[in-house]
Amino acid sequence: MPTKTVTYAEAIREALREEMRKDPGVFLIGEDIGLYGGAFGVTQGLLEEFGEERVIDTPISESAIAGAAIGAALVGMRPVAEIMFCDFLTLCADQIVNQGAKMRFMFGGKAKVPFVLRTPMGSGTGAAGHHSGSLESWFTHIPGLKVVAPATPRDAKGLLKSAIQDNNPVLFFEHKLLYRTKDAIPEEEYYLPLGKGEIKREGRDITIIAYSIMVMRSLEAAKILAQESIEVEVIDLRSLRPLDEELMLQSVKKTNRAVVVYEPPQFGAFGAEMVSLLMEKAFDDLDAPVLRLGGEEMPPPYNPNLERRLVPQVEDIVNIVKQVLQ
Amino acid sequence: MLTQEEKLRMFYSMYLIRRFEESAEELYMAGKIWGTFHLYIGEEAVAVGACSALHPDDYITSTHRGHGHCLAKGADVKRMMAELMGKRTGYCLGLGGSMHIADVEKGNLGATGIVGSGIPIAVGAALGCKMQKNGKVVLCFFGDGAMNTGAFHEAVNLAAVLKLPVIFLCENNFYAMSFSVKKAFGIQDIAERAAGYGMPGVIVDGMDVLAVYEGVSEAVRRARNNGGPTLIEAKTYRFKGHSKSDKNVYRTKEEIKMWMERCPIKRLENHLLQEGIEAKVLDALKEKAEQEIQEAVRFGMESEELTLEEARRLVYAD
Ligand SMILES: Cc1ncc(C[n+]2csc(CCOP(=O)(O)OP(=O)(O)O)c2C)c(N)n1
Ligand SMILES: [Mg+2]
Repeated sequence: MPTKTVTYAEAIREALREEMRKDPGVFLIGEDIGLYGGAFGVTQGLLEEFGEERVIDTPISESAIAGAAIGAALVGMRPVAEIMFCDFLTLCADQIVNQGAKMRFMFGGKAKVPFVLRTPMGSGTGAAGHHSGSLESWFTHIPGLKVVAPATPRDAKGLLKSAIQDNNPVLFFEHKLLYRTKDAIPEEEYYLPLGKGEIKREGRDITIIAYSIMVMRSLEAAKILAQESIEVEVIDLRSLRPLDEELMLQSVKKTNRAVVVYEPPQFGAFGAEMVSLLMEKAFDDLDAPVLRLGGEEMPPPYNPNLERRLVPQVEDIVNIVKQVLQ
Repeated sequence: MLTQEEKLRMFYSMYLIRRFEESAEELYMAGKIWGTFHLYIGEEAVAVGACSALHPDDYITSTHRGHGHCLAKGADVKRMMAELMGKRTGYCLGLGGSMHIADVEKGNLGATGIVGSGIPIAVGAALGCKMQKNGKVVLCFFGDGAMNTGAFHEAVNLAAVLKLPVIFLCENNFYAMSFSVKKAFGIQDIAERAAGYGMPGVIVDGMDVLAVYEGVSEAVRRARNNGGPTLIEAKTYRFKGHSKSDKNVYRTKEEIKMWMERCPIKRLENHLLQEGIEAKVLDALKEKAEQEIQEAVRFGMESEELTLEEARRLVYAD
């Protein structure tokens, strides 16, 4: 299959462009996504192609952005909203959590709310406490929402295209530090299903379960560990909800050990859910307790050395793997 | 009437802010400051005019474009610079950085990176002041962009109905990132909104520090005399891009040039010269500001960083 090399940001843009060309009901709404091209440049050029009617710049009104996406979806559109930083999801949480997520169920299955909310996540840019959060865990707790967090350009494109075609609200978390990373993706159009993870590296000794940027850090850790003859299997969940349980259970059956790595503060985050899932469904396969490696229990600090210590780095992953194997 | 001494103090403060911003930008280019920040260059008259109308123990709340607010409220340049450099001697021990400088002792209740979120906090502070009957007022800075957040509407209305001692000061620099006020508002002047909340709405020339001072002073008097809040719109302009990553594609060169010709510092300088102040007096003030900045840079560079263990202990109060 012929491939081409694109960045994560370009891959997302391609997904938006392809779906917008295909379906006139797909439109974009958010802050500075038109002429400015988005705070991270993701929507560059889309205003030129699709015009102001379908690339809608709004005032700073996150609640209205999310609500407008939900309302438009209710009447048959397929909006893709952008919230400039995932930290600002707090401002539109009512619309997402109380409205968008629950509508279908509370209307007795009579409504469809097909919208996607794209938002950058993560620390590592020196932007301090209000622009560095990873809030994906919160939304996995809300029945009715789908939550996706891709690690590679190929996955980002294929998953976003599926998210846009999905008939449910999908929160699509893009990691800021990944926007410029590159990857070969198929020339041809493709979709990747939500709810399917992928083994990004095979190994027999231990399974690392991760998503988003932690997949990339886990792969680096796996390389280092391979030099010490420790063969790590790295699972990229890609979508947190729905979740590919089967992939994890199969892997643990083989490796008998697992760690879960994630960026948000360790306590009460999505990774804890993975641990309890393995306890319930893979207890007999496990030779060691499943450990979590999450972020520090503190708001993102500005100082870059502290910021680096906030979230798991490659060396932390290496260490926890060794700890589990001991 | 302002005395000449007071005007000279304003001049010094505006010039200091300008030089602070310019040197912060240089340090950013040199890799001594990271992340991003939002320069206040061009808007100095608003912070200085407004803070000059306050008592030292009155409060302010600030924004992501807040360096000028802090300095105008009397912040120590050294601790500001150290904060931008992420050092433990900074106002927030290097944990907050450019967008989050707070100086509670000096009445600066902090800047915020979430646009609009400082407005309800200012209202709460004003509520506290009213309940404590301490005679203090709260000056709330925010941008034109913030006026379209839900937080603005809820908070401003609450302040109006509770008649709180707060001054809402909108720094209308005509853009919220790339989004112009023409596109963001369906009304001509932002100050018109005040009528909808039942409070006075006032427009001042934000490039004229004396006009800002006059406008804010009146609102402060009203607030202190239990007259409730005022919405002030100061029309101003940021000479630089929105943040460090802005390519400025949404503004014309002519527009930027037109506003730069209205530089608020030049304007006050000319005013002072016309009033008979000798040029060398102003030059001496500039020299003093220069030294203060250089000392601050040195201080920041030489300062240490916080350790992770220390940072961990700061999450909760004892
Ligand atoms: C709630 C929220 N939405 C979006 C942003 C991103 N953002 C940061 S500053 C800014 C523009 C703010 O405009 P304005 O209030 O006019 O202040 P100015 O930057 O012009 O001083 C935007 C959109 C943010 N920080 N917070
Ligand atoms: Mg503005």
